[in-house]
Amino acid sequence: MATTEFAVHGADQGAVREPVVNDFSIQVATVNGSGSQSANTVLLRTIFQMGVPVSGKNMFPSNIAGLPTWYTIRASKKGYIARKKEIDFLVAMNSETAREDVMSLAPGAVALYDEPLKLNELRSDLIFYPVPYDKITAAACPESKLRKLVKNMVYVGVVARLLNLDMTEVEKALRKQFAKKVKAAELNWGAAEAGYEYAAASLTKADPFTVERMNKTSGMIIIDGNSAAAIGSMFAGVTVVTWYPITPSSSLVETLIEYMKEYRIGADGKATFAIVQAEDELAAVGMVLGAGWAGARSMTATAGPGISLMAEFAGLGYYVEIPGVIWDIQRVGPSTGLPTRTSQGDISFVARLSHGDTRHPMLIPSDPSECFSMASEAFDLAEQLQTPVFVMSDLDLGMNNWMSEPFHYPEKPQNRGKVLTAEDLDRVGGFARYRDVDGDAVGYRTLPGTDHPGAAWFARGSGHNDKSQYSERPDDYANNMDRLAKKFETARTLVPRPQIVRNDGNEVGIIAYGTSHHALVETLDQLQTEYGVKADYLRLRAYPFTRETHEFIAAHKRVYIVDQNRDAQMLELLKLDIAIPDIIKLRSVRHYNGLPIDARSVTDEIISQEGK
Amino acid sequence: MAATATPPPQPKTNRIGLTVLDYRGGKTTLCAGCGHNAISERIIDAFYEMGIAPERVIKMSGIGCSSKSPAYFMGRSHSFNSVHGRMPSVTTGAVLANSKIIALGVSGDGDTASIGIGQFVHLMRRNLPMIYIIEDNGVYGLTKGQFSATADLGSKLKTGVINDLPPIDTCALAIMLGATFVGRSFSGDKRQLHTMLKAALSHRGSVMLDVISPCTTFNDHEGSTKSYKFVKDHEEPLHDVDFVPHFHDIAVDYDEGSSLNVMMHDGSSLRLRKLEHDYDPTNKVEAVKRLIQSHDAEEVLTGVLYVNTTAPNFIDMINMTDEPLATLPESVTRPSRKALEECMEELR
Repeated sequence: MATTEFAVHGADQGAVREPVVNDFSIQVATVNGSGSQSANTVLLRTIFQMGVPVSGKNMFPSNIAGLPTWYTIRASKKGYIARKKEIDFLVAMNSETAREDVMSLAPGAVALYDEPLKLNELRSDLIFYPVPYDKITAAACPESKLRKLVKNMVYVGVVARLLNLDMTEVEKALRKQFAKKVKAAELNWGAAEAGYEYAAASLTKADPFTVERMNKTSGMIIIDGNSAAAIGSMFAGVTVVTWYPITPSSSLVETLIEYMKEYRIGADGKATFAIVQAEDELAAVGMVLGAGWAGARSMTATAGPGISLMAEFAGLGYYVEIPGVIWDIQRVGPSTGLPTRTSQGDISFVARLSHGDTRHPMLIPSDPSECFSMASEAFDLAEQLQTPVFVMSDLDLGMNNWMSEPFHYPEKPQNRGKVLTAEDLDRVGGFARYRDVDGDAVGYRTLPGTDHPGAAWFARGSGHNDKSQYSERPDDYANNMDRLAKKFETARTLVPRPQIVRNDGNEVGIIAYGTSHHALVETLDQLQTEYGVKADYLRLRAYPFTRETHEFIAAHKRVYIVDQNRDAQMLELLKLDIAIPDIIKLRSVRHYNGLPIDARSVTDEIISQEGK
Repeated sequence: MAATATPPPQPKTNRIGLTVLDYRGGKTTLCAGCGHNAISERIIDAFYEMGIAPERVIKMSGIGCSSKSPAYFMGRSHSFNSVHGRMPSVTTGAVLANSKIIALGVSGDGDTASIGIGQFVHLMRRNLPMIYIIEDNGVYGLTKGQFSATADLGSKLKTGVINDLPPIDTCALAIMLGATFVGRSFSGDKRQLHTMLKAALSHRGSVMLDVISPCTTFNDHEGSTKSYKFVKDHEEPLHDVDFVPHFHDIAVDYDEGSSLNVMMHDGSSLRLRKLEHDYDPTNKVEAVKRLIQSHDAEEVLTGVLYVNTTAPNFIDMINMTDEPLATLPESVTRPSRKALEECMEELR
């Protein structure tokens, strides 16, 4: 019978380590397609149900089955939910990577491993727990062909025992996971119990990590950003959705389809929406513009390669002035470059997407709750400003599970923008499509099908006068360009304001956006407690930048801009927008290895640049 | 003696009280003699005669000489001059947003068969309700006379360059892909084109009309297979096309032996008096076979090549509500507070 090997040598030998409660990370190394996602979700939910703040990050390959994948679960009593760089507790299920996984651990970490792999021979400064998975699975699951699928649930049981997880919560999480699959639930529960019993009988707890109940998650939900965006879009009143499958955006529309089938079929059994899988992203965005022109709330979801294809239409949308919402779930690189890794690499490209002079508003959610609310804001802005609006999510936000406060029902009625009906036209006599009547540089439009002989206007590229008649006159062209520039100034007053945390940071300011936020929350604490550096923090929520951002930069001596890309893209955009004397204040912190950003990397970089 | 007051002559109106002038557009900027202008005239006549309110129509186009032409007819219709080769997607979006509007797309052979072939293919495959006209002259006009992908093998440019690639037959392609009303005509065949356009307006599905429309500037010379002379000499009509709209008395006799009667979606009647024995425009395989033969025989085969009035169109397929999505009220498009609570509960 296996026993725990006490292998903590050197200075720690024999020393009793203080318990570490609700503050550790677990990394599960498995093989893609092995069904480990269910097991990991059960672990995540169990910790969540015990009231402990938790986050999960899936680091998976671009592959259906067979390549290594890692899932990290972080429990944090302080509520830190960014990726934690250091792994405290490794569950090594993948024989291919086990050796490297074990070698990369810091001394004192825990490794749970498949007994025959004898990983305990690799190092003497870790705590090893061997688990004979095949034996346990064979006993728990009589049907040999199903064993592969339940094997992962064995480690859930073992981890539950070692970390003091409540098995009634494990069971609850597991039955939720297999909600409608009763047989699968039974089999998996059997495997989890077998793992638990094995650990109880054969492993002696030698590590300090443990979970105790808290009350920090009550009422909260667990959701990924793409699902949140889907629900948000449904409640925003989207009617036309087009898409071309691309990682990491596909699940946004797939989830939306499920919700729309549930909640947006009319009493007559007919859909109050149309969802079309297009032939490519060119067509997807073309359909969005066609639908937006005809008056629908239309959207598509894509990632960088799709954005590239949409460039020409994005420019046309800008010049014809058509509303539409484009979700960019950012990921790394063109072609086969890490399509399953996260990035904020499309920021500067999208801001100016297309040839010629173009500028596009971008909304930047940092958590699922903002994915939900910005879905409505994006449609309101797009229709109000009559222009395509981009929502810049990323793979980390879109595809990973996050705990979140439940979403708030949109209280504001939909803002459908300046649309003239036949009755309006009777009243006002006529209209010029691109005339700046209200001083906000946004004209009035009519929708195709408006039953009025004076309703029609001709949608065309940038060569038009304010009546939308074809014109190549220099003054017509320049006037239109100037009005569009002015319209972008209107956008500046309408986009979501940044969120600012004041921390008596007289000298140091930090600006971040999107998913970097979660690392920044932790970084601010690290800077203060470890280095005595007080920093103020501004989280951008949109482009164009609003007044608050300019003031924030002006008020600090050194301002660090955190980008999850190599080229400091947000910093570059800020440079173009702020007062010249402020430009030299900007310093860059970048993270671009495909993994979600972590606090330690940011803290280290800021401290290094601060010269501390 | 008081003169009898003669009422001033009233302009002729159609069944919705509009005159043909109400269907006019801006002055054309295309070359004199361009086939496209003749097609614009036929479009005006067809919409006028069918009594379709221009406000219910959207005119869609891509880029090219052909794609400029929507500016030259039906000025009371909304219009969208989109980007090169992408008119199908913009039209698809518009029709989804408002399935009650009548979509008329005007494209060219470059806009369709080269840069736009991807979207064309998928548009046909979806059988989206719209009329798609290719004003087909075998050359790029706006860029001054390069071959397009519908240019025939051996056709000669003004510069003497011979086309050595086979043409894409957009009609054969459309038939194979799922378009449900496919025809070929000639801008110089006034009666046939006019009649086919009226029939197209009675069809609910993708109508694809390839209209040979000679380019007087770049492709109307000896050696070109898209010149007026060549097409006149080689046109081979499959049938005499006749059309009785649903608002006219349909009970006109026709001879079943020599004519084929196709009942259109709106109750109109398309009558094809056979010139070619045994041609059956409801038979896909025959249609494609006959098209392939026409290339070998150097014929410009015209007429209704294929028609299918029973296949479901894209709007039917996606089970969309009859009301335009664009103007559905918030009470319909935003689910209730309770629905959100339900969604949240599932995620706890």
